[in-house]
Amino acid sequence: MKGDHSSTPHNPSRRDILTLATSAGAVTAVGGVAWPLIAQMNPDASALALASTEVDVSTVPEGQIITVKWRGKPVFIRHRTEKEIKDAQAVSLTELPDPESDDKRVQKPQWLVVIGICTHLGCIPTGKEGEYDGWFCPCHGSSYDVSGRIRQGPAPNNLEVPNYTFVSDTKIKIG
Amino acid sequence: MSGHSQYKPKSNFAKWLERRLPILSFMYDSFVAYPTPKNLNYLWTFGAILSFMLVAQIITGVVLAMHYTPEVTLAFNSVENIMRDVNWGWALRYAHANGASMFFLAVYIHIFRGMYYGSYKEPRELLWILGVVIFMVMMATGFLGYVLPWGQMSFWAATVITNLFSALPWVGPSITTWLLGGYSVDNATLNRFFALHYLLPFIIVAIVALHVWALHVTGQNNPTGVEVKDLKKDTVPFTPYATMKDGFAIGVFVILYAWMTFFVPNYLGHPDNYIEANPLVTPPHIVPEWYFLPFYAILRAIPNKLLGVIALFLSILIVAALPWLDTSKVKSGTYRPLFRKFYWAFVAVSIGLGYLGSQPAEGAYLWIARLLTFYYFFHFLVILPLLGRREKPDPLPKSISEATANRGASHA
Repeated sequence: MKGDHSSTPHNPSRRDILTLATSAGAVTAVGGVAWPLIAQMNPDASALALASTEVDVSTVPEGQIITVKWRGKPVFIRHRTEKEIKDAQAVSLTELPDPESDDKRVQKPQWLVVIGICTHLGCIPTGKEGEYDGWFCPCHGSSYDVSGRIRQGPAPNNLEVPNYTFVSDTKIKIG
Repeated sequence: MSGHSQYKPKSNFAKWLERRLPILSFMYDSFVAYPTPKNLNYLWTFGAILSFMLVAQIITGVVLAMHYTPEVTLAFNSVENIMRDVNWGWALRYAHANGASMFFLAVYIHIFRGMYYGSYKEPRELLWILGVVIFMVMMATGFLGYVLPWGQMSFWAATVITNLFSALPWVGPSITTWLLGGYSVDNATLNRFFALHYLLPFIIVAIVALHVWALHVTGQNNPTGVEVKDLKKDTVPFTPYATMKDGFAIGVFVILYAWMTFFVPNYLGHPDNYIEANPLVTPPHIVPEWYFLPFYAILRAIPNKLLGVIALFLSILIVAALPWLDTSKVKSGTYRPLFRKFYWAFVAVSIGLGYLGSQPAEGAYLWIARLLTFYYFFHFLVILPLLGRREKPDPLPKSISEATANRGASHA
């Protein structure tokens, strides 16, 4: 390049500026087109709107577990016995792979509400089985205790506690 | 490989076409005059067998799609409708389901043939990597297809595989939600899996075209691993020699395929998949299809979720690095006595992992799986690099024609 058309870092030519501006425009356009193509795969507003469920637990006797569906996933609601509550509270945090005390995981000690999905690879554990009488996952052998905390096996975390509130003494709103 | 085309158009139409689009000379050069090493054995027919299977899967798949409904309340019944009511539907579905197994059987033989004869070595590295990419897209396609009948195994396979991504730190859960189109495997998931299952085979066709193109640039490897030196002495034309041999091999392979399809169509399936998907109950013993079992065993062998997932993906990706991990200058295992022993040990370990993947992950099974997983990676990362430096290979023949002449002499 010669004469008027030469460009240096301090003195860019008109062509440099046009190239940069066009490239920036092209990148923005590609990004703008890609966005809806990617975002369409996420759950839409109607799926998000179904995101809460109300459950009446007055008919669940002590010692029983019920399973309700929330966001297409099972949620376990366990009416714990006095003994189960004591067992769960007595565990020392140092024994736990994912340390969390029982009172942080429940709002009322007799009601445990957890998402019924093994934190390993998403299978559904079966209740009152395994070494800790909480849950046992048949897929890869993870054992949970009566607080839904992981005690043994490949799962990395405790069963997740969903957001929920007690609407009344016997009614729980999940989500 | 050859120089200027030998093709001479005869008819006026061929001349007219040739001037505008030289597709006839391209076909002639690729599938008629193309020189193939004259010492190829039957293991070299699996490329043709795989091409046949790809076409068979696409044809049976397209007609099945004319009767299948990708909607959670209808999918299971639409498959039963194909099995019971659609004219010849049972045959088409069994041919497609068993076709997947036959496809993987052929691809494993094809891959292990390449490993034995060093087909990944210079100058065929890219050819090899394209092959590994095809294998990975095949795995994705096989998995997506397995979800479509919407049985219990379909549903829980989809759950476990999409949850593999949840192991990624930070972004894992959002990626899983994005893949599923919701918070669990549901209608959105089934719909997109169907769309992708229909798309990916055509992507495979495109990568296969690159794979064959790369093959025709470098030329085929052969059982001696010695490159072609003299086209006249070392090669024979593709037609009729390779076409006939490939045709015969496809015929034999189809006998096995037909036997599977018509006599034991459910032998490789799982009875649980004839129970409709139930998001609230996991079957007590879930296992993937047989062709994923070795990788599944590796996943379960590692007691940490993220590391297990990483090991699973690495066990496939490491195959693509073979051209650089195997340091031996000699290609063919025929001239590498020490390599041969380790090769067969590796084959045994791979089959052993497959067996362990089908067993529950507990007790002795788990420990043996850990041992074999370790050996799997040890083979690639330590044995192969060291072997190439330490091993003393047998003397190589000077050329393909010399090797075949000697073989003839020893028989005489």
